[in-house]
Amino acid sequence: MPHFDVTSFPSQLFWLAASFIALYVLMSKVALPRIGDILAERQRRISDDLDMAERLKAETEAAIATYEKALAEARAAAQAEIARALEANAAEAAARHAEMDAILAAKIADSEARIHAARRQALAEVNGIAADVAAAIVERVADVKADADAVSPVVAAIAKERGL
Amino acid sequence: MASPIEQFQIKPIIPIHVGDVDISFTNSSLYMVLTVVVATVFLTAAMSKRALIPGRLQSLAEITFEFVANTLRDNAGSGSQKYFPFIFSLFMFVLLGNLLGLTPYAFTYTSHIIVTGGLAIVVFLGVTVIGFVKHGAGYLRMFFPHGAPVVAAPLLVPIELVSYLSRPFSLSVRLAANMTVGHIMLKVVAGFVAGMGLLGFIPFAGVVGVTFLEFGIACLQAYIFTVLSCIYLHDALHLH
Repeated sequence: MPHFDVTSFPSQLFWLAASFIALYVLMSKVALPRIGDILAERQRRISDDLDMAERLKAETEAAIATYEKALAEARAAAQAEIARALEANAAEAAARHAEMDAILAAKIADSEARIHAARRQALAEVNGIAADVAAAIVERVADVKADADAVSPVVAAIAKERGL
Repeated sequence: MASPIEQFQIKPIIPIHVGDVDISFTNSSLYMVLTVVVATVFLTAAMSKRALIPGRLQSLAEITFEFVANTLRDNAGSGSQKYFPFIFSLFMFVLLGNLLGLTPYAFTYTSHIIVTGGLAIVVFLGVTVIGFVKHGAGYLRMFFPHGAPVVAAPLLVPIELVSYLSRPFSLSVRLAANMTVGHIMLKVVAGFVAGMGLLGFIPFAGVVGVTFLEFGIACLQAYIFTVLSCIYLHDALHLH
């Protein structure tokens, strides 16, 4: 077999060494650094992009948090405002109610006073009419000319006695 | 019909003699130089655009690079990164030697035991030197498995020593034998194609199948050679 032809060994070993050293130098100095550079560059780009995405995500989340905080604050403020307005309205309504009550009470009292006065006046007039009627009855029945001044005290006394 | 062995014949192309030593440029040398040229042209041309998003050729170069880099990292562990150019060159030299040898009329230098032996000896000596430089005399612990009873030393040390010294032989014989046998098989089966006349399509289909198989073996043997070198390097860097 040609494999064991010892005379070919020096040539094979020499060219093996020469070509392998050449390959090693070309690979380590030319080919591999280029590929390594590109791969490192790509890796750097990818991690940069990931970092950027991470940062943008954090920013978005911060913005959302700020927005939600502002929203909650606004909601709380509005609620407080509504509560205050309701309270003010209620107080005002109560005051107006009380005022109206007072006015109505005054009017009622006034009306009652007027009614009393009218009643008293009417009663007083009833006594005079009763006296006139009594005098007329006396004149008709007894044919006596009754003196009005004499009749009215009697009528008044009777009215008093009856509690009118 | 030519002998199936004829394809392994070394033929001088440019006779060179230095003193008594014959270092002629032969068909073997031609394919070694061709390997260097193909590897360099392929890798530099593929990377010429330096595209961030690689094209087909650039992807191929990057995949080869990362494949060898991962093989080295997985098998040799930390501190092995500075040997990457050597391991990569080794892989390319064996792989292209196997693949270029599969083209018709080509010469397969990886089928010669002296070539694979030369590479294996370089790996063996390199790994041994790295081991002793890194661990000093502590590298001798390689020959005694950690945790084994001391009584077993007379038995274990010779076994480990023999297994360590046989590394370059197994490394080189495995590659050369695989390549030689594959090419002989191709040649023998191909010889039947003409001989069987109209029935020649049967061995022809066989040749096609064996050729596919040989492409697989060419890549596999290059990978095995590289992986074993990485494992030996791991032993030298981290002991057992």
